[in-house]
Amino acid sequence: MQSSKVERTLPALNQLKPGSILMDRYAIQGVIGVGGMGSVYRARDLHFPSVNKLVAVKEMIIQSPDPATRQTAVKNFEREANILATLSHPAIPKIFDYFTCEERSYLVLEFVDGKDLEAMMKERKQPFSEEQVIAWGIEICDVLDYLHSYQPEPIIFRDMKPSNVMINGNNHVVLVDFGIAKNFRIGIKGTMVGTEGYSPPEQYRGEATQQADIYALGATLHHLLTGSDPRQQAPFSFHERPARKLNPNVSVELDAVIQVALKYNPEERFPSARTMKEALMMVASKTGAFSVPAANGAAHEQTVKPVWIFRCEDEIRSSAAVGEGIAYIGSYDHQLYALRLMDGQLLWKHSAEGGIASRPCLYQGMVYAASEDQKLYALDAASGKPVWSTSFTGPIRSSPVVFEGYLFAGGDDGCFRALNPFNGQEMWRFEAGSPIRSTPSAGNGRIFFGTEDGSVYCLDLRGQTNWRFSAKRAVTASPFFQDGIVYTASLDGFMYALDSSSGWGIWRFRMGKGSVSSPCGDEGAVYFGSADGHLYAVDTNNAKELWHFAAGGQVSGSPVLHQGSIYCGAASGDFFCLEAKSGRLRWKYSTGGPITSAPAVANRLVLIGSTDRTLYAFPVV
Amino acid sequence: MKNLFARNPRRNKDQPNDPPPGQETPGGGAESGSENPAPEIRLEPPQLLYGAGQSVGIERYENEDALFATSLLLASGLRQERMGFFLVADGMGGHQHGKEASHAAARVMTGTVLGKITPGILQSDPAQAAGSLQETLLEGIQEAQKAVLEAAPGGGTTLTAALVLGDNVTIGHVGDSRAYFYSREGEITRLTDDHTLVQRLQDLGQLTESESREHPYRNVLYQALGQDEPLQPDIKTLHFKQPGALLLCSDGLWGVVSEKKLFGLIDWTRHPAEVCQEMVQMANEAGGPDNISVILVYLL
Repeated sequence: MQSSKVERTLPALNQLKPGSILMDRYAIQGVIGVGGMGSVYRARDLHFPSVNKLVAVKEMIIQSPDPATRQTAVKNFEREANILATLSHPAIPKIFDYFTCEERSYLVLEFVDGKDLEAMMKERKQPFSEEQVIAWGIEICDVLDYLHSYQPEPIIFRDMKPSNVMINGNNHVVLVDFGIAKNFRIGIKGTMVGTEGYSPPEQYRGEATQQADIYALGATLHHLLTGSDPRQQAPFSFHERPARKLNPNVSVELDAVIQVALKYNPEERFPSARTMKEALMMVASKTGAFSVPAANGAAHEQTVKPVWIFRCEDEIRSSAAVGEGIAYIGSYDHQLYALRLMDGQLLWKHSAEGGIASRPCLYQGMVYAASEDQKLYALDAASGKPVWSTSFTGPIRSSPVVFEGYLFAGGDDGCFRALNPFNGQEMWRFEAGSPIRSTPSAGNGRIFFGTEDGSVYCLDLRGQTNWRFSAKRAVTASPFFQDGIVYTASLDGFMYALDSSSGWGIWRFRMGKGSVSSPCGDEGAVYFGSADGHLYAVDTNNAKELWHFAAGGQVSGSPVLHQGSIYCGAASGDFFCLEAKSGRLRWKYSTGGPITSAPAVANRLVLIGSTDRTLYAFPVV
Repeated sequence: MKNLFARNPRRNKDQPNDPPPGQETPGGGAESGSENPAPEIRLEPPQLLYGAGQSVGIERYENEDALFATSLLLASGLRQERMGFFLVADGMGGHQHGKEASHAAARVMTGTVLGKITPGILQSDPAQAAGSLQETLLEGIQEAQKAVLEAAPGGGTTLTAALVLGDNVTIGHVGDSRAYFYSREGEITRLTDDHTLVQRLQDLGQLTESESREHPYRNVLYQALGQDEPLQPDIKTLHFKQPGALLLCSDGLWGVVSEKKLFGLIDWTRHPAEVCQEMVQMANEAGGPDNISVILVYLL
């Protein structure tokens, strides 16, 4: 293929002027198109003086100083003429004549009164309708079938693309340009040509089969349906951007036909143009079973039942903590419950004077629970006996954590405290000046937490600020630290990735609405929910969305990743298990109220609390 | 600083004749540790050390490559910041155009990125600087694209840039220059995908690596700055492990010298500039068919 720049400028210098007459017979009227080798003209055949018989005159200018290149070009030209001379099909222009004068060779062809699909797309600026594309696709299959069944040898078109498909005045297809062998100018470093875009991978090995034409037709139909030009995309990337993904109006069935045509391996494509035509006709009629399996059909939902449940007196808005076969869960009924993990049996409970909105924390045989009664309680984890408690000057909704021997807790009083976990003594405090409701996370000797005024703080273990990042609205979700990056969601509608040592924003991912969902992640992906109703998986390297799952309502809960599954609850009360790789739904369970917390996974059980006052334990399947 | 790197004897001086590259035991990484234990170099404050190498090569008369490297360190009781910006651009299009294209890309990309990042570092609250690092790099590439179209119409260039900030490195990449990580343990990780047709075919299993090397289209890029089509640069951020190294180079280096031989030259006790000179020399000894540019950065 010539580079587009060459196409536009080079032949223009040598174009025939309107009024020129070739061979005393063809009066040039104007330029119809410009190809890599020369121009195509509209001309009047003067042998028919009483009628206006129009012909297309296709020119090839041989400019190369290299005799071998010139010879190849002439051969291809003659090849095209000879092919056309023996063909007879309504979608193939008739050839009337060919001749050479000076450095130029000419083909005289049936004039097609119409436009090519590339030009039509440019004018239209939006994708064509499915019905229209199917109709053209069927006609193209038909003419390809004619070429591929040609005797003595099949003819491979080799250059199927929108600009080689004309649509005539009756909205029928005519294939043009049977001149081949124009792939790349090779050899020189960076000739900077795009790829052909429509050609299949094997064509670059010099293989041209019927399946090559089928692939190129698939690419052409994809382009018509989506408006996404394959020459401007990474080569052979159709599977990464199915037509239906780019244009939701494309039916699942048509999308599947196109995907089959675009398989990398020729043997996986339609075996012939005829079978592709049949598949297209079946889509058109939408009758009977479709023989090609639809890619990734509707999710198959399993039914999962809880192993046990535990009912509280009021809503559960926080997560469970699990240790030594015991699950600890706080509730708005002011209680901290300790339950036997295997069956949910109550072991002990401890009463606070306010609701417990945060996850308990386990450390060295103690369990720490923070309450809206402004107190942080330390209890013996086995018996529930109080060891110490300390008072803040406001409700505590952030979950306490232990890191490097410090017990950290943030409060609605805007104060972030580092306590001695054994006696509750304050080691240091940091005034953030705004309520802290997110759970701190830690890594590389640093602590990260968000505040209601939209700040994310990074402190060292002595309580000194390393950096502060400002989001535009509250950061209620807890930051997540992994591999030198802190991920944090804000109510301003962004998920931020921050460099953990400097606080520089590395990327931000825009959600449809804000988020209070704390992210989780693994190598390569970070997962989080949003009030826009989606659970997202985003590539940690470049913020590209890997998938999103529509939860049917705000995703107020936080996801947890366990053995390739994402567990997450939503405001609808649904609790989802998704495949982490694809976002495909594995199962869901409907609880009786919104879920606002993160699940806990331990001993083959997933624990999730709901505002329906119930803690559920599901099996990990 | 130089003394730090003179603790081990120079490998080259120990070798009377230059053996064929890569035939001897590589001087760096884990290998050298067995006979002559490399000192565990960790600097306080942790910092970036870089060097560069460039050569027109043996077969070419003109240098169409461009490179840029800078590093900055701020260490105080309040804050530690380290920043580095490194870039390799491989111009194409022949004659004046290739040179102009890579030069314009290097100049404008660097200007855009540093223009945003450096003031941020000097602010009292660095994280308040507008826009994310990835957005800044993307903007830099878009500005560079405009500059190339203007300064070198008909020319083009690859562009591989690495912005090191804090614990991470953010890469912006178009074309077939490359970036690599090299760990203290000798592990080589390629960070960029070549935007070449053969790479794409190879990824799809249509070509083997050895077929790719011989393929007539091996030099055909499907993306480059200066191409009159929408660009889709690759932008990503990766954790830069300390201690470790980052290498940027044009295909005049990686196309000629195998990764194993190349990284075998790394010796943590020597200054990266010295290692770069040897890398360039190795490419020239192998025929030097193209311009060679390399930047080696240690995070120690």
